[in-house]
Amino acid sequence: MPRINSAAELEELRKGILAQKDPDKPCISVCAGIACLGSGNAEVLSAFEEEIKKQSLDAKVDLIATGCHGFCEKGPIVVIYPEEICYLEVTPEDVPEIISQTILGKQVIDRLIYTDSDTGTKAAHQSEIPFYKNQSRLLIGNSPKINPKSIEDYLAVGGYSALSKALFEMSPEGVLDEIKKANLRGRGGGGFPAGSKWETTRNAQPGVDKYVIVNAHEGEPGAFMDRALFTGNPHLILEGLIIGAYAIGSHQGFIYTRHDTPVLRKNLDLALAQAKEYGFLGDNILGSGFSFNVDVHLDVGIFVSGESSALMKSIEGMPPEPRPKYIRTSVTGIWDRPSNLNNVETWANVPQIISNGYEWYSSIGTERSKGTKLISLSGNIVNSGVVEVPMGTSLREIVFDFGGGIPNGKKLKAIHFGGPMGGTIPESLIDTPLDFDELSKLGASLGAGDMLVLDEDTCMVEMARLFLDFLAGESCGKCVPCREGMRQMLKILTNMTQGEGKEGDIKLLEEISGVVGEAALCSLGRSIQKPLISMLKYFRDEFEAHINEKRCPANACKELN
Amino acid sequence: MSEIIMQIDGIEVAAEEGMTVLDAAQKAGISIPTLCYLETLEPYGACRLCTVEVEVRGRTNLVAACLYPVEKDLIVRTRTEKVDKIRKMILELLLAHAPVARGLKMQEYAEEYGADKNRFEKEPSFCIQCGLCVRYCAEIKKKNAICFVNKGPSREIQFIPEIAAKECWSCTECFPLCPTEYLQGVFVLTKALAFPSAPMGPTVEE
Repeated sequence: MPRINSAAELEELRKGILAQKDPDKPCISVCAGIACLGSGNAEVLSAFEEEIKKQSLDAKVDLIATGCHGFCEKGPIVVIYPEEICYLEVTPEDVPEIISQTILGKQVIDRLIYTDSDTGTKAAHQSEIPFYKNQSRLLIGNSPKINPKSIEDYLAVGGYSALSKALFEMSPEGVLDEIKKANLRGRGGGGFPAGSKWETTRNAQPGVDKYVIVNAHEGEPGAFMDRALFTGNPHLILEGLIIGAYAIGSHQGFIYTRHDTPVLRKNLDLALAQAKEYGFLGDNILGSGFSFNVDVHLDVGIFVSGESSALMKSIEGMPPEPRPKYIRTSVTGIWDRPSNLNNVETWANVPQIISNGYEWYSSIGTERSKGTKLISLSGNIVNSGVVEVPMGTSLREIVFDFGGGIPNGKKLKAIHFGGPMGGTIPESLIDTPLDFDELSKLGASLGAGDMLVLDEDTCMVEMARLFLDFLAGESCGKCVPCREGMRQMLKILTNMTQGEGKEGDIKLLEEISGVVGEAALCSLGRSIQKPLISMLKYFRDEFEAHINEKRCPANACKELN
Repeated sequence: MSEIIMQIDGIEVAAEEGMTVLDAAQKAGISIPTLCYLETLEPYGACRLCTVEVEVRGRTNLVAACLYPVEKDLIVRTRTEKVDKIRKMILELLLAHAPVARGLKMQEYAEEYGADKNRFEKEPSFCIQCGLCVRYCAEIKKKNAICFVNKGPSREIQFIPEIAAKECWSCTECFPLCPTEYLQGVFVLTKALAFPSAPMGPTVEE
């Protein structure tokens, strides 16, 4: 494939790709997301390959392994286009039947489609399944339709048209202005306005090289939406990054990701090579005169490397310890040069804002939280998986409509956001809208969008202990408040769960938390007490019962009941 | 260099650009407690004992004085109730590791801030991980014979036997830097040389 040298050439190529696609040709899309991998999609895929070969259907049917479809609970998922028939929990034994009945016979196989366990209502098409029906899958919606290893699939769904628009129809200032007006807020946890951050880096240290970085170091237990999106549609994030680089005036980007996500790495390497080959990366992108390159950097396996300054240290080749200095990385980052860091989902939002304009974007969501949000649902929930909903959607809808409620007839007790640095809210606040500020006010910041659903059998003391136990292995251990505070809090909570809680423990926990939250070195250190504080706010009586009555109200602490 | 006028504990102080709050305070004779700070080393910001309250344009913040840069009209308070509470807690957390610290500093500070050395269950390792030995060896001696190993609460100091065997006995300059116990360095070094493949770290029971 020769390099594309103009906007017109890109559209020409796109037309050619679309012309070659027969809209009526059946396409079997097998979810190759991480959960479906675990539930045996590889066997399903090879069964399809075999069956297609056996029946000599190679020319008549397309088979693609795609990114995450989201409905992880019911994997392996197979969707058959163009009808969009969705089969759940598919086994290799179902494959010959799917080929003969659905592909050749155009018949829906009843036992493989979605059936509501309460009402018995069936849904054959993906968009009719309650889990999908009311989502706004602006970011992840294309994942079931494209092969992440094929740039042509991305081009077929309109890929890189936003980049072309930015480069040829807009100035860098114009792009920046669009992002600012759209009020895109960082999806990594902070909710900081991306446009302001971009502007800081753009204006910092004139004449010095600047960097743009994708933070793909999704490390919280319970967070799996970034990996799902990035693995399934790497070009989307890449396109956002290139547009950002153009606005900021950067010619070098980094993708910082985990060493233990080999599928993502593979898709990413391929996407970068293809983007280079087609002229979306490298010198003189699409003939615009703008040049930009990207390198991938892997972590060393510690949660704190997701912290911005630690991440940048790591890219420099140093141990990922947060930098103690009081300077922003957007001004002085990698090798002391201005470095703009945004998370995967933030970058993924950029192309659609450029394509559709800020007015369209800000019509979605709440007054101060715009757009959609990817949520990874896990814990005591019927449908665990990845959902994408407009900001402002109530937590009740997320848990009960998309999530299908709590399994085994149990009652919802609490929802925990943001993993070990997040917060918990009780069931009574379930009508709260999904919104950065509303959740922060309740003491449970949205975080990266990981929602852990807890049922009535969950002990909050044990949850608080669990999060601290996780962090104990993931903090760098450099500063005293975080390292020592964590050690003592963990000890006190462990004692409580073992019936050795003492009077005054809660006060001591609060006192340590106060010091850690204000005096620790980095944002991870200053957040380690957050889950505990929110649990003490809403479930104090449980902590008291553990201490005073040596009783675990949820009957979860074995040594107490 | 341009002079920067700021305020520390109600006193007007003249500082220079590039100075930290700690530099400015020391110059003005105002003492701020430190454990991981040494004039000849890069500020490290790990012990957080030098935490002070700063006010910039009406907004207050708690920061580490050893790192926070001076600026015009900065207001610094070195002994607020909150600051004292933080320092007391930090000392109590550290005293669990070095309950009989022979270094004078720890004892003086403990007394000044009313820190109770028995508040937390003792884990006497004598190491408070101020990193003075590690950084002195790296920054001044440029030998890197001693380093940190592990992460989180299991972080510890460790001599690297191959380097230590060659460099350390003729140097030992890091021993007296220790704010808790001179013999701490001796012990960790001896252990590293005598038992190079023993479990890492200074505490025997671990």
